[in-house]
Amino acid sequence: MRFSFTPEQDEFRATLRRALEARSPTKEVRRLMATEAGFDPDAWKKLNQELGLTGLHIPEAYGGQGFGFGELGIVLEEMGRALLCAPFFSTAALATTAILNAGTEEQKKALLPSIAAGETTATFAFSESDGGNDASSVSTTATPSGSTYRLDGTKSFVIDGHTADLIVVLARRPGSKGEEGLSFFTVAGNAPGVDRRQLKTMDETRKLARIAFKSAEARLLGEANAGAAPFARTIQQALVCLANEMVGGADRLREDALEYVKMRMQFGRSIASFQTTKNKAADMLVDVELAKSAAYYAAAALDEGDEDLPAVASLAKACASEAYLQTAIHAVQMHGGIGFTWDNDTHLWFKRAKSSEILFGDANEHREKMMQHWTH
Amino acid sequence: MTEPTEESVRSEVRAWLEANWSPDLGLVEWRNKLVDSGWGAPHWPKQWYGRDLPVKFNTIVDDEFARIGAVGVAKAGIRTLAAATILAHGTDFHKEKFLRRILTGEDTWCQLFSEPGSGSDMAGAVTRADRQGNKWVINGQKVWTTSAHKAHWGLLLARANWDVPKHKGLAYFILDMKQPGVQVHPLKQMNYHASFNQVFFTDAIVEPEFLVSDVGDGWTVATTTLMHERRGADALRSWAVGSDRKGRIYDEERAEIATTMEPYKWYPQRAGRVDLVMERAKETGKINDPVIRQEIARLLILSKSAEWTARRARAAQEQGKPQGPEGSLGKLVSSHIARQAARVHTYISGSDALLTGEDGAMNGVIAEILVSVPATSIAGGTDEIQRNIISERVLKMPKEPSVDTNKPFKDVPRNVVAG
Repeated sequence: MRFSFTPEQDEFRATLRRALEARSPTKEVRRLMATEAGFDPDAWKKLNQELGLTGLHIPEAYGGQGFGFGELGIVLEEMGRALLCAPFFSTAALATTAILNAGTEEQKKALLPSIAAGETTATFAFSESDGGNDASSVSTTATPSGSTYRLDGTKSFVIDGHTADLIVVLARRPGSKGEEGLSFFTVAGNAPGVDRRQLKTMDETRKLARIAFKSAEARLLGEANAGAAPFARTIQQALVCLANEMVGGADRLREDALEYVKMRMQFGRSIASFQTTKNKAADMLVDVELAKSAAYYAAAALDEGDEDLPAVASLAKACASEAYLQTAIHAVQMHGGIGFTWDNDTHLWFKRAKSSEILFGDANEHREKMMQHWTH
Repeated sequence: MTEPTEESVRSEVRAWLEANWSPDLGLVEWRNKLVDSGWGAPHWPKQWYGRDLPVKFNTIVDDEFARIGAVGVAKAGIRTLAAATILAHGTDFHKEKFLRRILTGEDTWCQLFSEPGSGSDMAGAVTRADRQGNKWVINGQKVWTTSAHKAHWGLLLARANWDVPKHKGLAYFILDMKQPGVQVHPLKQMNYHASFNQVFFTDAIVEPEFLVSDVGDGWTVATTTLMHERRGADALRSWAVGSDRKGRIYDEERAEIATTMEPYKWYPQRAGRVDLVMERAKETGKINDPVIRQEIARLLILSKSAEWTARRARAAQEQGKPQGPEGSLGKLVSSHIARQAARVHTYISGSDALLTGEDGAMNGVIAEILVSVPATSIAGGTDEIQRNIISERVLKMPKEPSVDTNKPFKDVPRNVVAG
């Protein structure tokens, strides 16, 4: 297993970090999170095309650069760090991986080049009103209609669902249950019968939508009724991607809180000289570094086809969920009163930590999934 | 002379071993040959039993020894710390007198640093070293001394000057343990073992040529010993295993390892025995309890992510990258793992965890875990000290204002030790 980054990967990270520091200062994060779209389409297109971000892990045959989850993890970690407001996670970590996992050769050739080129944004709609992340929570149906299908049902918690140009949808054959009868479909975001409503999110930097399909026209993606396996794979990949994004945010919070306590004076001395503060800072470093190791390991496990992946993906997500939230709680505490104010930036990451903790299943759920994999 | 390469070192050591190795030799006889050839400690200086080879070649030499099952020099225990300290700070007299017998394993050493009144604050030692004529007279008490009852020599840190600040008044000696003024008593632990000793000095004598540092420089020398202790901590904790081959020399080596490792036989339990958790959960049926599954999962996440963090640190080191924070966290994380493992073993064993010895779960192994784990967060630097080290050295946070470093040590408030 790979345990370190190559010099090229380190250089790539440094370039990204500089670019994101320049393009996504918190002033910009605050401006964009207050908009309905949640991002600036022109600015995102420019940044994406300059750095080749959405094409990074798309194979060259489909117009991408053919890198792996190691590189995608670096991008997500840096975006989590910068809290970049952009439809990257939805497009690259969800829709692209879903298309790669489920689609036919022809469909990949048709759909992926415009995503790689930054011309199309996309998302993957699988959760419904219960927010579940497993096949059995899917009740949206797909009924054949000539050469296409008609979707009926409501998806919820869809990341960037209100703006995505292309929606990959998980739906089932009417009357089917559980893992049977599941298929992937693609729908144009502006197709008739697609009613999209932006949800009011606690974490304003990650927009979610509810999408009601009323006899909306959809194209089958990949094989009919064979969606369970590619869905499981897509979720595992999304967990690893999210874990990498989370450790970036956690490390940024940790560093900002550290910088603050070094500067803050009380009782005639820096509060960073109090052991109670130092102990907390040391514990935060431990939490974040362990979570990083798990996230990096999981990305390497994906690239190297490790058969423990289902357990490792859940492990990385559970570890990141606890580390990020705990770091955020400590970071607010270390700032004291100002850490609870709107003008201080800590709450932006605190809320991202909270939304990430829950998204795709919380730590309890993933500890159990990990145990299931390792005990059967 | 040409620069040594991996190939040249490998062929040279291989040829020498083929010409000299025999399992029928006595252990000390063989090791004396190793010492004379320099292959026992190839990274040591040529004039002191080494070959002046860069340390990176040691793994090649070790490989060649392992390939034919050749026994190496004595490496376990405090003797390696003594050797490193003597090589760095000792006189030619010290090197002449001690290094060979360290490598052959004939002499056993102990480290006389910690005291009842100074654990984490090791520079606050109050064992006295007073000059009488040209000799030094030692009075006081040391503690946590592994193998003191077997040791021939001790590395002693003692206070020779009370009128200067604490770090400046220490001297570093080599003390003859087999003398009337040195008394060794075992120190019984809460887990029934007695792996360490208390050492009492009553007018113990050190001849002048056994002073290693200048008076006042003892702390600097002690720092060398401690640095090597920290560096070797993982090796000390790992379980030394003798070869299962037949032959006189292997019998002697097995006996040596058994003696050296005796104090450490509960160390696997101290670390929490994560390796037993799944097996125990399955055999007790607790694997089906959703609450216990969560606790087991927390433990596995900790232990896996700690292992991967250590691998990251090693990989970065191998690439020649500057050390990142991931290399400084292992000691503190091992405490978290041990505590969580003890919690999990308790939940799994239930009421069986009330019992110990042959009445206890796994013939007492589980009970031994539960009463050994508390040592992990104390030995070798408490969790609190680890956090201070991480925050000051890695995170560059300021030290607490110090109240004792700038005044004469005699004026510093200190513990009253019951005598």
